[in-house]
Amino acid sequence: MNFDLSDEHILIKNTVRDFAEREVKPLAKQLDERGQFSVDLTRKMGELGLFGLYLPEKYGGQNSDVLSYIIAVEELARVDSSQAATLAAHNSLGIGPIYYYGNDKQKEHYLPMLCTGDALWAFGLTEPDAGSDSRGSKTFARLENGEWTINGSKIFITNGASSVAMGATVQAVSGNIEGKKEFSAIIVDRGTAGFTQIPMHGKMMWRASDTAELYFDDCRVPEENLLGQRGQGSKIMLSTLDNGRLSIGAMGLGLAQGALEMAVKYSKERKQFGKPISTFQAIAFRIADMATKVETARNLLYKACWLKDSGRVFGKEAAMAKYYCSEIAKSVADDAVQIHGGYGLMKDYDIERFYRDQRLLQIGEGTSEIQKLVIARKILE
Amino acid sequence: MKALVCIGHVPDTTSKIKFVNNNTEFDTSDIQYIVGPYEELGLTRLLDLKTAGLDLHITVANVGVQETEATLRKALAMGADDAVRVNAAPKDALFVSKQIANIFKQADYDFVLTGKESIDYNSGEVDGMIAEFLGITSVSGVSKFDIAGNTAQMEREIDGGKEIISSGFPFVVSAGKGFAIEPRIPNMRGIMSARTKKITIVEPENIEDATSTVKFHTPPPRPACKKIAPDNVEELVRLLHEEAKVI
Repeated sequence: MNFDLSDEHILIKNTVRDFAEREVKPLAKQLDERGQFSVDLTRKMGELGLFGLYLPEKYGGQNSDVLSYIIAVEELARVDSSQAATLAAHNSLGIGPIYYYGNDKQKEHYLPMLCTGDALWAFGLTEPDAGSDSRGSKTFARLENGEWTINGSKIFITNGASSVAMGATVQAVSGNIEGKKEFSAIIVDRGTAGFTQIPMHGKMMWRASDTAELYFDDCRVPEENLLGQRGQGSKIMLSTLDNGRLSIGAMGLGLAQGALEMAVKYSKERKQFGKPISTFQAIAFRIADMATKVETARNLLYKACWLKDSGRVFGKEAAMAKYYCSEIAKSVADDAVQIHGGYGLMKDYDIERFYRDQRLLQIGEGTSEIQKLVIARKILE
Repeated sequence: MKALVCIGHVPDTTSKIKFVNNNTEFDTSDIQYIVGPYEELGLTRLLDLKTAGLDLHITVANVGVQETEATLRKALAMGADDAVRVNAAPKDALFVSKQIANIFKQADYDFVLTGKESIDYNSGEVDGMIAEFLGITSVSGVSKFDIAGNTAQMEREIDGGKEIISSGFPFVVSAGKGFAIEPRIPNMRGIMSARTKKITIVEPENIEDATSTVKFHTPPPRPACKKIAPDNVEELVRLLHEEAKVI
């Protein structure tokens, strides 16, 4: 048994940390305050090679393992959840379905472009009335004369509407077989008539990531835009979420690590009763608890990555990692605010942003409750 | 053109410095290592020249045990072409300089680049010693560097101004602040391609120890801050003069 990261993983960790500290950190607060998505930072992440990290080189990827990708997300989230969200959503939800289910022509057409940072791709699953119950989807696609005609809408779609949001993979009801809905996944490119991408504003968290509503009004795309097989849509979407769980876990872990570091630094600097507050047991014990949670989360997440990299079944561990990392992100951020006292409630301190950003993690890409359902089913089946 | 770039394997600048064995050895436990910051700037500038079209083969080298290969891999990930590791713990500047000079003699390098000093032992001696072993020019603490044809143009800070130096090949140059604006961050492709770049391992030439460390002393802890009332200028002046001795 060996818990050491390889030299290459350490190099990736340090490289992304340097990038996050140098390029992302100076802008994070301002972008959050303005609720502004940064095309420039997205391009820089592309230049660094973070998009399509795990894809083969022939598609423009770096042929890395899953752990490398997860470490990259973790290091970005340690500084800014919004940029980490752009990266995680694009890699897991945007690129993932096309890479795992696309035919050669689709892969050759889309993947090289999606590795550059000049083009992001969205995952259109959630609808106003279909969240955890993704089979409640009402978006409908009808095949006629060699074309799919899509009608419906999607909501809370990451990377859906910025100037570099070049399209989406959309789950739609494509038919009805013996009273059961048939779902298919269909590729829709930006600029297709009847496809409208509208940015969503007023978010509490991830304010510098691009969240969108997607509308399909008699939106026609060629029949060949079907991803995978007809009727495979639900499987494609749910297996994509399985993979995405690792990256959301990485976002929780990175955020918790960042919050812990802020709390440690502040507790050593802040003096009350003539001493740094870190010397008081009430604070020290809280930090001990926070650090233990972060370490446990890292071990759980990295183990899930190791299972996937080893070609083994990882679904249960991925759900555990997503659930645990998200939950400890909440408690560690909360503890860090408590240690900061009144200053932790002020926007001048980054911990205020971290406290808001963590709240999505227990909701997005499968709520904590859904993760528990997945874990329990795997144990009890 | 071929450059030999020395890569220091030094503790991260945020490391806590402690000593063991009766304060004669640096405690390396829990230390994260990095490429020496001056060497990193130097390598970045050479990579920039290469990107701009200069036909330059960059070999990075260090004197160190197997663990230092991670640091060489970082330099390879940044864009260096290959690496040489002299398989020995670096004893002192003379030992390191001798090994680097030997590497230089093994191939037709045009120049050697070092940092102006390592950030651990800060001796600042290696560049001069390499030049002495090789009998070639040495220019230390360079803040700007360019190559045009058969000449290298260098600039460095001197008391009261700047010195502009032009040198033919070969030479040894040590990079100081300003050599590049900021170190290059390797991209993921660079990291992955570094896997397959060659690190040649050579055995050291043993030479007699020129120095031995008697003891390390850590600096005294920084004294507490003294606060002086805003209207007590006389006391401020007295303390700056008598205690701090800065005026």
